[in-house]
Amino acid sequence: MEFVNMTVERTNVQLSKADFESDQMVKWCPGCGGHAILAAVERVFPKIGYRKENFCMVSGIGCSSRFPYYVNTYGIHGIHGRAAAISTGVKIANPRLSVWTVTGDGDSLAIGGNHFIHVIRRNVDINILLFNNQIYGLTKGQFSPTTPMGKVTKTSPMGTIEHPFNIGELVMGAQGTFFARVPDNNITLMTECMFEAAKHDGTSVTEIMENCIIFADKAHAPVTGKEVKDENMLILKNGAPMVFGKNNDKGLILKDTMLEVAEIGKNGITVDDILVHDQYNQDPGIQLMLAKLAPPHFPMVFGVIRSAMYPTYDDLVEEQIKYAKETSKIKNVDDLLNSGDTWEI
Amino acid sequence: MAKKKRPVIEREEVVVKFVGDSGDGMQLTGSMFSDVAALVGNDLATFPDFPAEIRAPQNTVAGVSGFQVHMGSSKIFTTGDLVDVLVAMNPASLKSNLKWAKKGATILTDTDAYDEKTIEKAGYKNNPFTDNSLDSFNMIKAPITTLTKESLKDLGVDNKIAERSKNMFALGMLYYIFNRDLKPSFKYFEDKFKKKPELIQINKIVLQAGYNYADTIEALESVIQVSPANMQKGRYRNITGNVATAWGLLAAAEKSGRPLFLGSYPITPATEILMELAKHKSLGAKVFQAEDEIAGICSAIGAAFTGSLACTTTSGPGLSLKSEAIGLAVITELPLVIVNVQRGGPSTGLPTKSEQSDLYQALFGRNGECPVIVIAASTSENCFYYAYEIAKLSMEHMTPAILLTDGYLGFGSTLFRIPKMADMPEINPPIAEANDPDYKPYKRDPETLVRQWALPGTEGLRHRIGGLEKENIIGTVSTDPMNHQIMTNNRAQKVELVANFIPEQEIEGPAEGDLLVVSWGGTYGAVHSAVSQMQKEGKNVSHAHFHYIMPLPKNTDKVLKGFKKIVVCELNSGQFVNYLRMKFPMPNISQFNKVQGLPFMINELTDKFNQLLEEK
Repeated sequence: MEFVNMTVERTNVQLSKADFESDQMVKWCPGCGGHAILAAVERVFPKIGYRKENFCMVSGIGCSSRFPYYVNTYGIHGIHGRAAAISTGVKIANPRLSVWTVTGDGDSLAIGGNHFIHVIRRNVDINILLFNNQIYGLTKGQFSPTTPMGKVTKTSPMGTIEHPFNIGELVMGAQGTFFARVPDNNITLMTECMFEAAKHDGTSVTEIMENCIIFADKAHAPVTGKEVKDENMLILKNGAPMVFGKNNDKGLILKDTMLEVAEIGKNGITVDDILVHDQYNQDPGIQLMLAKLAPPHFPMVFGVIRSAMYPTYDDLVEEQIKYAKETSKIKNVDDLLNSGDTWEI
Repeated sequence: MAKKKRPVIEREEVVVKFVGDSGDGMQLTGSMFSDVAALVGNDLATFPDFPAEIRAPQNTVAGVSGFQVHMGSSKIFTTGDLVDVLVAMNPASLKSNLKWAKKGATILTDTDAYDEKTIEKAGYKNNPFTDNSLDSFNMIKAPITTLTKESLKDLGVDNKIAERSKNMFALGMLYYIFNRDLKPSFKYFEDKFKKKPELIQINKIVLQAGYNYADTIEALESVIQVSPANMQKGRYRNITGNVATAWGLLAAAEKSGRPLFLGSYPITPATEILMELAKHKSLGAKVFQAEDEIAGICSAIGAAFTGSLACTTTSGPGLSLKSEAIGLAVITELPLVIVNVQRGGPSTGLPTKSEQSDLYQALFGRNGECPVIVIAASTSENCFYYAYEIAKLSMEHMTPAILLTDGYLGFGSTLFRIPKMADMPEINPPIAEANDPDYKPYKRDPETLVRQWALPGTEGLRHRIGGLEKENIIGTVSTDPMNHQIMTNNRAQKVELVANFIPEQEIEGPAEGDLLVVSWGGTYGAVHSAVSQMQKEGKNVSHAHFHYIMPLPKNTDKVLKGFKKIVVCELNSGQFVNYLRMKFPMPNISQFNKVQGLPFMINELTDKFNQLLEEK
């Protein structure tokens, strides 16, 4: 697929990782998933093909949100929860910028939940990298809106008693047009998904299942851990059957209205019976089902789950302005001041 | 048209108020009446008086909607305290507005609207026509509804439509009383109802019928005449404060070459600015109606980072929600215009009423040491100039800035002499040049302490800013104690230095004397009228009305020191007075306050000032 977004200014110069490295010391804990995400971003940005001056990073507050300081782009480190709102302003005001919003599960889903769903609903063309470590790290270990029910944290000494958000479900509930999920220990998949996110016109949400080594270590290990990942992770490829398992011998089928795991070669099931992934399908039905799958009965699904084409908010803003400029009699402020009822004294 | 020549009573100024049920079309009637006054050359100010409810029950006091017009043959400064002519379309509107009628005022009312039910609904115990409560007024009781229907009988118009045009009958009667020409209103109907020609005819007939009826009954023995005011020559229009604010921002965007971005959330009484700017996409205005107040300002901060003239408009409760984000704009030193159309508080308070009680919030309502420019407009018309000015100062000094107006200015309208954009002052934001090898995010102009505005997309200027304290000049994150001191001082000093770029404080009247009356913001008209009335009486009193609040004009100290007594008048419990006391500790500063959601009345001001002059 050709690169779709032609709004952002492109360059013919071949950029490299060095073009995006900042001189700032990276202050995340050793072993934090952030380091791998940073490496993935530095790897993918030169490949996207935009002028380096046209990248703009925006973040909120939290461990994730220090990100803009660690990449050499234009950047603004905002306030807690508001990265999506700041990004919206950046993109509307200057659609020629490639806007990357770096945020976390607390920043985007708790204090910033409102902005998160509304930026998605509007389909503003920004790329949200949501570091989901299922914990508040910077404030040292309180539960977040994605912490699994029952988890003991510093503010839930007897276990949490609230249901966590599934980010994909939330994104699609807000009529999201792009959702990808990646683990922080697969830099290739991360890079691929970020590239797909950049290609997508509209709000992209990439959930990065990030490990917080200090306050929620191995939170994602039951899915992404070495010993279990073959059975518990299904990595999507557009146009390919959704298979998983050590020997790729399992796959997803649709039985009645529900997804089911089928073993290829058993009960007459062949690979042709396995559902084929269509990330571009505008109907989110199957995509939503995929986003919700989780062990023990299902694998968790990774890769680009949804990437549907819809008009973007910022394009529509430009269109309305263009139309108004062509059709309105008011071409400048003098025209405006003298419009309507006026009289000479 | 008149049968005999009526004697003429020449009046310097007249206040007319149209009141009726929400559905009676009083806003339209009032604005048509004021348009005609403007055409004959009167100066004027108007104020709509809406009910807080959208559709309150019919014929109740809660459902009364009004429109006040103050017109004069000399400069008009307020929308008028008490009313000379009251048009009351039903008992509820009469009941709720009688207290604003002058003794001897002319009251026109529709007798058809009075029956047992409506009288009771209005809260009257007895029929006001029979209980002597209207004895001190000049009552014109006309069966307006019946006569309206009668006038349309030949057209076969259905009763509902006929009834709906009774406001035009009343307007026609008023045109007779003020000897106004009907033609401009006829033309108005022709333009407004181009697509519904039958409505042109209906309205013309009813307006004329009202005029003729007043003539027949000789509604008033004499004509009330308000001669043309001696106004500065030029092209004029009517403008409300909210529209003027919107246009001032558009003007500043055009002049500075910075695209306008507005991120706002609807809130009374500021919503009209958002609605007005949304209309002007042809001027490139990007208007974003956000999901909440916080997203409004945060989107504006994002837009400011990219180089827009970024604005957010709100009222008191919205400003509270924006506080944290204003801090972000302060520490990132981005230009950002915040307009607060003040209303009665705290909390939801009195949303449709006016107050000046957000001054503390504008000055101090944020965490940390967080100075911003604060300016207040004083008339509906000069909202244009102060919106322009705040945008200019904000961009040229790279700091957020708060413009305070209020519901009274925002909803009210005055005549506006249309300026030419060529005459507006230049605006030169300090935009950094591409590939400037010396660019540093917090390198400052030594005179103004202003940093440069480096716009994303520009080659060679990539940088990061944010809410964490930054190292002086180079702009990396810093927690160094001395650096924090330096940056705190710089941010404060930068705003203080704006005083070098604003006009000195003016005094109306002698620069020395017994009493200086100080005011700020939307109270200008009332305070000015009170002081000039006393000056005419030979009283030793002067007036200083402040527009620039943070920083204060450089000569403020000198202005205050010229007087034996100072009284600061505000529609709050004393916020500006305490700010002045903090800056200029003087024992002779007293205060006069009112927190009723109502403007000052001229009489209450002169009473207070006279009392202060008499006290030893």
